Amino acid sequence: MTRTLVVIGHGMVGHRLVDLLRDSAWRIVVFGEESRPAYDRVALSSYVDSWSSTGLELPALTGCELRLGEKVVSVDRERRVVVGASGVEVSYDALVLATGSVPFVPPVPGRDLPGCHVYRTIDDLDAIRATVEAASRPGRKSGMVLGGGLLGLEAANALRGMGVSPHVVELAPRLMPIQVDDGGASLLKRLVEKLDLTVHTGTSASSIERDGSRLIAKLASGLELDLDVVVFSAGIRPRTDLDLGLELGPRGGYLVDAACRTADPSVFAIGECAAVEGVTYGLVAPGYSMAEVVADQLSGGARTFPGADVSTKLKLLGVDVASFGDAHAATEGALEVVVNNAVAGTYSKLVVSDDARTLLGGVLVGDASSYLSLRPLVGKEVPAALLQPGGAVDVEMPADAQVCSCLAVTKQTITDAIVSGVACDVAELKACTKAGTGCGSCVPMLKKLLTECGVEQSKALCEHFTHSRAELFEIVRATRISTFSELVARHGTGRGCDICKPAVASILASLGNGHILGASQVSLQDTNDRFLANMQRNGTYSVVPRIPGGEITPEKLIVIGEVARDFGLYTKITGGQRIDLFGATVDQLPLIWRRLVDAGFESGHAYGKSLRTVKSCVGTTWCRYGVQDSVGLAIELELRYRGLRSPHKLKSAVSGCARECAEARSKDFGVIATENGWNLYVGGNGGFTPRHADLLVSDVDTASLIQIIDRFLMFYIRTADRLQRTSVWLEGLDGGLDHLREVVVDDKLGICAELEAAMASHVDDYADEWRGVLEDPEKLARFTSFVNAPGVPDPTISFRAERGQRVPVSLGIPEVVR
Amino acid sequence: MIVCGVEALRPEQGVAALLPDGSQVAVFLTADGSVHALDNIDPFSGAAVLSRGIVGDRGGEPVVVSPVYKQAFSLATGKCLDSPSVSVAVHGVRVRDGVVELT
Repeated sequence: MTRTLVVIGHGMVGHRLVDLLRDSAWRIVVFGEESRPAYDRVALSSYVDSWSSTGLELPALTGCELRLGEKVVSVDRERRVVVGASGVEVSYDALVLATGSVPFVPPVPGRDLPGCHVYRTIDDLDAIRATVEAASRPGRKSGMVLGGGLLGLEAANALRGMGVSPHVVELAPRLMPIQVDDGGASLLKRLVEKLDLTVHTGTSASSIERDGSRLIAKLASGLELDLDVVVFSAGIRPRTDLDLGLELGPRGGYLVDAACRTADPSVFAIGECAAVEGVTYGLVAPGYSMAEVVADQLSGGARTFPGADVSTKLKLLGVDVASFGDAHAATEGALEVVVNNAVAGTYSKLVVSDDARTLLGGVLVGDASSYLSLRPLVGKEVPAALLQPGGAVDVEMPADAQVCSCLAVTKQTITDAIVSGVACDVAELKACTKAGTGCGSCVPMLKKLLTECGVEQSKALCEHFTHSRAELFEIVRATRISTFSELVARHGTGRGCDICKPAVASILASLGNGHILGASQVSLQDTNDRFLANMQRNGTYSVVPRIPGGEITPEKLIVIGEVARDFGLYTKITGGQRIDLFGATVDQLPLIWRRLVDAGFESGHAYGKSLRTVKSCVGTTWCRYGVQDSVGLAIELELRYRGLRSPHKLKSAVSGCARECAEARSKDFGVIATENGWNLYVGGNGGFTPRHADLLVSDVDTASLIQIIDRFLMFYIRTADRLQRTSVWLEGLDGGLDHLREVVVDDKLGICAELEAAMASHVDDYADEWRGVLEDPEKLARFTSFVNAPGVPDPTISFRAERGQRVPVSLGIPEVVR
Repeated sequence: MIVCGVEALRPEQGVAALLPDGSQVAVFLTADGSVHALDNIDPFSGAAVLSRGIVGDRGGEPVVVSPVYKQAFSLATGKCLDSPSVSVAVHGVRVRDGVVELT
């Protein structure tokens, strides 16, 4: 008989448990109090970037009964029945409590006034936003965050994003008292105060009062703050308001044993509401670990909670902060090695045992790049070099060290996968070991292990060049070599192939070397570029005129219709807001384009590894909800970057408000309007491996936006591999999004002027490729069916009718052989 | 049969020629000045497109790569280097007095 598991609470940990049991024999019923499915609460602050919860979604659950918006009011453990607020009763064989936690709100008088919020759910953030938007103060608003821990700083950052200057009030004498020591915290305070934050430590709010439209907070220090909004983020408490008559831990939480089981053998508790052997945890990784324990128990296993690594590495307000092991040197006799560089803005402390032989923990602020090497060494022998000033942190990691702490994957597991040949690159390692699929911070370490295991990550483009595409790009840029034959003679071997020739043709075109069908370039082009059209399965081509931003006049639409009708072309609307005309033969292409160019059309580069379209929604011009002119910007961007040859195709979109109708976050570079300007997202993709684009900059004006896109595109064009989309490029970029931001926003490498100049020269030199062909008899002559019978149609091409249009007759190949 | 003047060929490129029986031949001029001719129909797609492929070499062997699914065919033997059981017919071809002839 099927047994029933009831899970109370639908947060990240409850979601994980159900996901782990999805193929089990259990019938699973989940009660969730919030009306939306579980979401990534760790990333909650990113909700402020887009005001869309899409980016926080967790994978949809299958095979369970989700009762969302239904609070559990009671549990009858005698009868083993759970009762929901609607009166529904569900019997269980096993019950898992995953009720999470509630924000702790200190008993400050006035804490319930309108304008006072907690920081826990999407609804909380929406409420904070509503308060901020309703505030009548001109200019930047004023806010107070009570709590200067991790969550408090996150909340402060979110407030900044809403146009609020936050005061952070922390009772302890320093910021992040749990993770960071005094030295690190004083640096952290100095760094965050540069960002329009005011930090008050060692004090608390003694009262909050309403004064007209404002809130006045009095601090214990005597200071009065004039505020529009107050956010409490002074920690969390396990949520145990559902009374099952079970014992609680000393600091709250349903008391469970190492198997996460309460005194009632059929009831478990996991996540923040559980006190495992008396200890509660406020992080998601230990919660996941508990979910795994219970999933194992429910599947007949005997796994127990292994204890938790409460190490953290994060970026708060742009500042790296990491804390691991015994960060506060609580171990008896522990010694500290501190390097505090106030000029560089970095602080590091290593805690070692009394004999200076064992690493116990540490704190890093300002630069946490050594965290990945150090954290796995906790409890292990400390390399002597580490204890020298400026000591190298590039040290050998023991085999049992955890490389991925989110999913508890050891170095041994990873090297086994590499050595046995199961995984040859980062993507395969992610797939087979799951390492790097959590927060992703260990991906650089995965790369390093691949190299250490002797997996040659060959960069050679093909058998003719030992260089990577990026290296070839630099060679061509530096030497100004303008032909493939010279490049292969001087830097390669042989005559070239279908891999290096188009790659070099693209590099030459990115650097501006005239028409891509010029005499020295034409033989390098892939067939689509060679005929400036897209080859289809029967050897005919499709034609896509550019329709910038998807905006088109009725007159131009009629021209496209007439051309399609006169040449018998199959027509279809594309996903990029343009029109594709199929079934043109080689010799028809110039005739078709003569008509299109005369009517004012130009090449849409649907055939090129280059900018395709910039899709748009209608924006402020028509839409009742738009906040910026998305069509105008889309057209400006499309006309600016048209014809730009790149390592792979480039897609873009502009949405006029956060509703995101243009789907900009699935594009290589997507722009979403805000009330203050534009947010720029990069590295998005649809296709085989969909990826939401990452926010690069927010609330910028149009000129800054274009400047940053110029830099972003040129940096990508210079450094990406052949046929590598921006999504994969960004995933593999050392330092990831932060590094990209340092390069293209902060100009850390000092190359932005060069990148901008390169784009300016592209914009100046742009010419329509099809017009270039029509004006040059030499180029036109190549558009013939047969050298000995120009104008005679290819006899293998024939059409039949389908739904009123011409489509290719199958060429007698039963199926595609590859 | 005369196909065209040699000036109609460009190094490392192909052209298509129509034979009296309606079949098609792809004629290539390589960088070393030699000419090659293969059936124009790509056996993997059935489309008459080999003349439009990229010409180059694989380990020194001159090849054309089908523009449809990217298999390489030897210009010397017609053999597909990616699927050795597949090949296309090789045609005799020469340049005489500035004229390209199929033999």
